[in-house]
Parts: sequence; structure tokens; C-alpha cells
Amino acid sequence: MTDVATDVNTGELVVFWVCAIFAVVGALGMVLSRKAVHSALWIALTMINLAILYIANSAPFLGMVQIIVYTGAVMMLFLFVIMVVGVDASDSLIETIKGQRVASILLSLGLAILLIWGVGNGLVESQSVGLEAANEIDGGNVQGIANLIFTKYLLAFELTSALLITAAMGAMVLAHRDRWQDNPHQRELSIARFKDGGHPGNLPNPGVYARHNAVDTPALLPDGGTSDLSVPRAVQARGDERPLDRVDIAQVHEITEGKSE
Amino acid sequence: MTELMPAEGVFSLMWLLIALPLAGAAVLLFGGRRTNTWGPYLAILTVGSSAVIGILMLLGMMQNSPEQRSIGQTLFTWVFVGDFSADMAFQLDQLSIVFVLLITVVGTLIHIYSLGYMAHDHDKRKFFGYLNLFVAAMLLLVLANNYLLLYVGWEGVGLASYLLISFWQIKPSAAAAGKKAFIINRVGDVGLSLAIMLMFVTFGSVGFQDVFGVAGQASEGTLTAIGLLLLLAACGKSAQFPLQAWLLDAMEGPTPVSALIHAATMVTAGVYLIVRSNVIFTAAEWAAIAVIVVGMITIWMGAIIGSAKDDIKKSLAGSTMSQIGYMIMAAGLGPIGYVFAIFHLLMHGVFKAGLFLGAGSVMHGMNDNVNMRRYGALRPLMLITSTTFIICYLAIIGIPPFDGFFSKDDIIHASFERSPIIGVLAMLAAGLTGFYMTRMVAMTFFGKARWEDDVHPHESPKVMTIPLIILAIGATFGGLSLVYWGNIETWLEPVTGIETIELAVPAWVFELTTLVLVIIGAVIGWMTYARREVPVEAPRGSWLTRAARKDLYGDAVNDVLVVQPTFYASRWLVWFDNKGVDGFVNGSAAFIGGLSGRMRRYQTGFVRSYALSMVGGAVLVVLALVLVRAS
Amino acid sequence: MNPSNYVILSAVLFSIGAVGVLVRRNAIVVFMSVELMLNAANLAFVAFARMNGNLDGQVVAFFVMVVAAAEVVVGLAIIVTIFRTRRSASIDEPNLLKF
Repeated sequence: MTDVATDVNTGELVVFWVCAIFAVVGALGMVLSRKAVHSALWIALTMINLAILYIANSAPFLGMVQIIVYTGAVMMLFLFVIMVVGVDASDSLIETIKGQRVASILLSLGLAILLIWGVGNGLVESQSVGLEAANEIDGGNVQGIANLIFTKYLLAFELTSALLITAAMGAMVLAHRDRWQDNPHQRELSIARFKDGGHPGNLPNPGVYARHNAVDTPALLPDGGTSDLSVPRAVQARGDERPLDRVDIAQVHEITEGKSE
Repeated sequence: MTELMPAEGVFSLMWLLIALPLAGAAVLLFGGRRTNTWGPYLAILTVGSSAVIGILMLLGMMQNSPEQRSIGQTLFTWVFVGDFSADMAFQLDQLSIVFVLLITVVGTLIHIYSLGYMAHDHDKRKFFGYLNLFVAAMLLLVLANNYLLLYVGWEGVGLASYLLISFWQIKPSAAAAGKKAFIINRVGDVGLSLAIMLMFVTFGSVGFQDVFGVAGQASEGTLTAIGLLLLLAACGKSAQFPLQAWLLDAMEGPTPVSALIHAATMVTAGVYLIVRSNVIFTAAEWAAIAVIVVGMITIWMGAIIGSAKDDIKKSLAGSTMSQIGYMIMAAGLGPIGYVFAIFHLLMHGVFKAGLFLGAGSVMHGMNDNVNMRRYGALRPLMLITSTTFIICYLAIIGIPPFDGFFSKDDIIHASFERSPIIGVLAMLAAGLTGFYMTRMVAMTFFGKARWEDDVHPHESPKVMTIPLIILAIGATFGGLSLVYWGNIETWLEPVTGIETIELAVPAWVFELTTLVLVIIGAVIGWMTYARREVPVEAPRGSWLTRAARKDLYGDAVNDVLVVQPTFYASRWLVWFDNKGVDGFVNGSAAFIGGLSGRMRRYQTGFVRSYALSMVGGAVLVVLALVLVRAS
Repeated sequence: MNPSNYVILSAVLFSIGAVGVLVRRNAIVVFMSVELMLNAANLAFVAFARMNGNLDGQVVAFFVMVVAAAEVVVGLAIIVTIFRTRRSASIDEPNLLKF
């Protein structure tokens, strides 16, 4: 194969094989992962590798756009939605539609074989022209694409702006939720707070009347006991609460009057 | 053709001739029940006004020179489509004015007569409205200057005829008779409409002037076709063989209707059509021969039927068929006969109206019984009716100096010019006329009284007898005056043309022979029906009598040839529709339904199933592409 | 090495994406598979652009990215909306539109 290629050097060959393998592995990983988050991470891998392949194919602009738009924006959007829908939701692996899985794999395999066969037949003799000349005309890849977008494809480009606006509007309309009632105001909130007989005021701070004011130090009550409410529940659950027994009256004096007996 | 003169002076009122009766019909038919009281007088007034206008026009026309007697009036362009145009335009010439006078004058008399005859009918207004409608349509028919407008009038009189035959539609027989007349007339109307279409295709116009002007350029085959189609139309309207069956049943209508429509005017429309289209028939030899044959067959059919019927109106209807047969035959003779056809038509209109009205007057006195075997010895009781009836009787059988002698003998004379066979047949039929008319008069007015028990014969009121008297006067002096004073032959000559009869034998020989035959027929009739006892129940009679009582099997022939096949065809079509068409439609619907029921199973609702089929399709497309590339 | 290798890689990735669309039931993962298929197509465009020596292929790939971004926005909004009412992101759940 190498004898046919003119502009594909060994370095690119290495890049191609490495990135191709990573891309295929990422694609397979996406399809095979049970959790959506893992799928998203796998496809991000594929996309980054594809970006590298774009750059290798003399398309540095598209490679950057691929990284910024796809890996950056689109995949983040996916992750946001996964967050909304639920991270831990994982698919069951039992196929519910009879024969769907077998038929899908067979058909896709057939599609791949046909495409490869067709492409191989069609392209095996072809010569690659290379983009160096085309990129040089306008002084670079980005300039060349810009030239095309703003001349030959101007109408399509303008239409994509309308498309994006419409998509944004559509997303807003779809995601918008009508509010059935007003937000609760201060009055409603106060009534609700006192209604169920809970603790209406602030919880006591930890370490009040204690020699330490760390969060693990419970507040002292006037009778000399401790308040459980003052210590975070996580600390209590871990059993890290500072043990605090009854305090000598002399020690109280020492604290309040700053002198020792 | 002579050029039409513009309508000036009295002739500018031409449109009123039609408009007046039409307005009368509109008022009476849309006016509701309240017109019952004064509506009949309005109807008489409109028709009478038309008659006065017609007479004024005749006087005006007589002052003009013969070349200037054809007058045209164009009201507006009626139909205008592409190259084709037809005007709402009238043509009044020597032929039309004869008809106008016949229609309006006889029409007025019959309107007046109806005042007495229909006095007790609670739908008088409808009757008079229909009569007015008929008069308007008939005038349109004879005044139209193109075939399309003539067709409107032609259909109009058909409609009026239908409405009036089934005027007493509570009687099933009357309703059926109306339908029968309408349907058989349709056959003839198809002929007329086809003739008009053929004229348009051939000549590019349907106006009389245009068609007759260029008729000579068309091929003889086309002209023969047009002529035969016109003959078919005439057969339908004038009850000629083979479309004669409706006229006898049409007697179900009120007697004034029988007199006006089915004796004097509408049934003669066929004669008018043929005479008006004389240019075509002169050019088409075979069409003219067909006309003669049809006329001759009908003369004999009508006469035989008239001899056998005991129903006075049906007997008169047979006589009408026979007399119109004479006119049709005369029209087929060519220029030699047109004048006599119209002459006989005019005379027949007068005396046959008189006969029908006389029959109506007799029926009026006999509790509407029409069976002549239940009449007899009525002459002393109905002096005016019987006298006028006998005058009209003398006119129809052709005793000089009454009307029929002049007109019918001329026809017989002219037919000898054509062929001795036709002449002899026409002459013998005249003898038969003498027989059956004598039979009718003898059975009705002479012999012994054979009345039913509760019948008290009496003379009709004046409003009915005065029209009879006027018609009888017309029947007495009309022929005489038209031949020796009015000279109808030269009057009609510009329209119809004329040929002088040139035979080796002088005319009086034919007249005398015909007269002798008629008298022989009359004497036989008198001996059979006046001198001998007439049985109340009809004897079985010969096979010919029995056939004639059944209208010479006209209905049976129609039944076998048309009605039964139609029945079977429609039954078969219903069967085919139910089994074949519906079976196919329902079957394909069931097939599609079943297929859909199975195919909808593939609409699982799972997006992934649909996506799978999409991928399958994509694989097929790629496979096709690859295979195309590879091959 | 022949540049058609890129195209073959693109076909492989495309097929893997198709399998993902057909097999996975989590709507978000299905979407990711769709994105993978679009990226595979982009790779083919880029490779063809290089082989033919003009930039039109890259411009098309650029437009594909734009359209894909718009599609993702709307698609994810739909997923969120459905999740809000049905408490599920499975694409087998909304299967009421059937026989």
C-alpha cells in the first residue's frame, strides 16, 4: 500500500493506526458500557482521536472545531443531561424486542462489509491529490474554508444561522416548565417553619461555653449538659464527637475569671 | 330563399304572439289557487289577443307583394359558443302565418269551450295555464327561424302535452298515458336533436336561411340522413308508424286537450317540420320515399283502428292518425304535395277540432261515457252538437262543398302523379274513411237509444256550442273560400314551391271516383250501424277487428321489442352490479383490509424496530450501488 | 499507506454507531451513537477532501457539525421533557403509537 501513497509518510501511518485503534475502542466501549456516563467518556475518547485524524488529514480547522464543539460543548451537554436524568440509571442487558440484537449486528456487519468492499473497489487505484496546493491559495486552511463559506456556501451558511436560532428556541420551549403557583414568600415560609413544631430558630453553634470551639465539640447547656443539635450528624455518625463530661465549677471560674485557683 | 324583411308596423308585435300566452301561463301556474276564479278568462284573453295580432299580421302580409311576405325579427343572441351562434329570432312567412292563425284561432275557440267543459274542475287554473303554455310553445315552434329554437318549442309542446294528458293524474291510466306519450315522443326528439347536430356539423349553422341556402352543396347521403332523422322526429310528434302507439292512449286527457293538441295542432308539427325542411327532402330522394311509405302505412293503420274502436275518442284518434298520414304522404310527394299537405292540415285542424269538441259535448251529456255502443238516437236531444258534428263529418269524408273534399282530393290527385299504386291506396283509404266516420255518426246520433240507466242526455251550454258552431262554419266554407277566393296555392308557393299536376286523365275523374268510393263506404257503414241493431256488448268480430281493437298490436310490438328487453337488461345489470361490481369492490376492500390487518403488526411502536428496517433499506441501497458499480 | 484507510475506518465507525442505535435503549446513548455516525461521515468527507485536493469536503463537514449541534440541542431537550413526564429515558417506553 505504501508504494501507492505519495503524501502519507511513516509518521502519519503511526498516527493513523494509533488513533484508529483508539477510536474504534472508544466506539465499542460506548456501545458496550452499561452506564451512560461511561458511554459519554468513551465517545469523548473517540472524538479526540478523530480530531487528531482530521489534523493529520490537513484539516487543522476542523480538528480544532471537533475538539471545541464536540468534545467541549456537545459532550458537556450530554453529561448535563445525564446528570438531570440520573447518573446511576443503567440499562438492563436483556433485549426486549425479539431478534433485534442479532438482526442489528448482522445488518450492521453487512453494511460495514459492503461499504468496505465498495470503497476498496472504488478507491484502491485512486491517487491522493493532497490539500497543500488548495490550502496555499488563500494562505492557510482556515482562510481557505472561510473563503468558501463566505462565497460559495454563503446561502447555506446564513441558513445555518436560522437553524441554530430555531434550535435554541426549540430547546427553550421544550425545556420550559409552566409554574402552577407563586414562589413561597417570607410569610409562608415562617408559617411553615413554626407549623410542624420543629426547631424554629438557629441551631446552637458547636463549642459554645466549651473550652474548644471545634465542630466536634458540643455546645453546653445551662444545666451543664451537652446539646446534640450543635454537632453535625456526620460527625456524630462517625463517632468523632468530643467526649465532654460534667465540668468543675472551679474550671468554670478559671475560664470566666481568667485565673486559676 | 327570399331575404327576410325587417319587422315593422304590426309585425314588430311578433314577439307578443308568444309572450302573451307565456305570461298568461306564468300568472296562472305561479299565481296559486286564487287565480281559479279569474284565471281562465285571463287565459282566453291572452290567446284571443294573440289571435287578433295574428289576423292583423295576415292582413298586413296580404298588402305586401309576395316577395316581401317573409318577415324576420331578431330579439337577441341566444347561444353564442365559439363559431356557433343561435339567435332568439323569429321568422314569419306565408307558412308560419297559416299555423299561427290555426293555433291562435282554434286555440281561442277551445279555450272558450273549456270554460264550459272544465267548469266544475277545481284545478281549472292549472288546466288553462298548461293550455296557455302549450299555445306559447307551439307558436315558438312555428315562428322560430332556426332549428335550435324550433327544438325548444318542440320540447315545450311535448311537455305541455304530457302535463295535459295526465291532467287527471289521479287516474292511473291517465298518468301512464302521459308517461307513454312522453317516452315515445323522446324517441322522435332524439331524431330531431341528432338531425340538428348533423346540420351543424355539415353546414356550420342551424338557421333556416343558412341551412337551406347551402343544402345543395352537401352530399346526398348526408341529406338523406338528415331527412330520415327529421322523419323520425315527425313520426314521434305526429304519431306516425312506428311511433304511433301513444296517440290512442293520449285520449285519457280532457277532451279539449284532445281537440287542440292531439288533433288540430301539436300532432301536425311533424308535417310542419317536413314542409319547412322541404329543401332537404327535395334533395334527398330516398328520404322523401320513406316519408311516403310511413304516411301510407299510417293512413291504413289509423283507418283500420278507427273502424274498430267503440270508444268515440279513440276512434277519432285513429282517424287523426289516418288524416295526418295523408298530410305526411303529401309532404313526401315533393313540391307537388307540400301545398296540399298544409291545406289539408289547416282544414283538418278545423273539422277535427269540431269533431272532438262535438264528441266532448256528447260525453258531457252522457256522464262522460265514451262507449259508442251506449249512445244512439241522440240527434233530437243534441240538435246543435249533432248538426255541427255531421257538418264536420261531411267535411272529413270529403263531400263537396265541405273542406275535406278540396284538400283530400287534391292529395289523392297529386299522389297519382307520383305513382298509380300510391294513388289507388290513398283513394281506397278515403273510402274506408267514409265507412268509419259514418259508423261513428250512426252509432252516436241515429239508430236506437242504448243508454245506461241513469243517463239523461242534454244539450251543452252555449259556451260550448258556440265554438262548435264557429268551427262548423269554418268546416263548411273554409275550403271553398281558400280555393276560389284565397287561392292558398299561390299564397304558399314562395315558401314551398309548386308543380302543376300533369296527368292524361282530367281531374274530375279522380274526384268522382273518390266520391263514389266514399259514398260506397258510407252506405256500408249506414247499413251496418244505423239500419241494423247495434249490440251493447261488442261482438267478437273478425281477426282484423280484434287486432284493430288492440291498436294493431302496437303496444305488443313495443313490449316485445323495447319494454321486455329493457326489463331483462336492467335485471341483468342489477345482478351484475350486485355480484360482479360489488363483489369486485367489496372483495378488493376485504383483501386490502386483511392485508392491512397483517401489515399493521409491523407497527410495533418501537423506534428501534423502525430504525432496523431503515438500516435494512440502507444495506439494500448500498448493495445495489455496489452491484451496479461491479457489473 | 493509502488514504482509503480513512474511509474504511469511517465505515467501521459508522457501522458501530448503527449497532449502538439499534441495540441500546437509553435515549442518551442512542444519541451518542448517532453522533458517532455523523462523525464517521465527517471523517469520510475530510478524507475525500484530501484525496480530491479541494476544500469543499471540509466545508460540508463543517456544516454537518453545525447541524449536529443543533440536533443535539433539540434532541436532548426532548429527552429531558419526556423524562420529566415518564421518569424514564428508555426509547422503548414511548411506544403508544402502534397498531
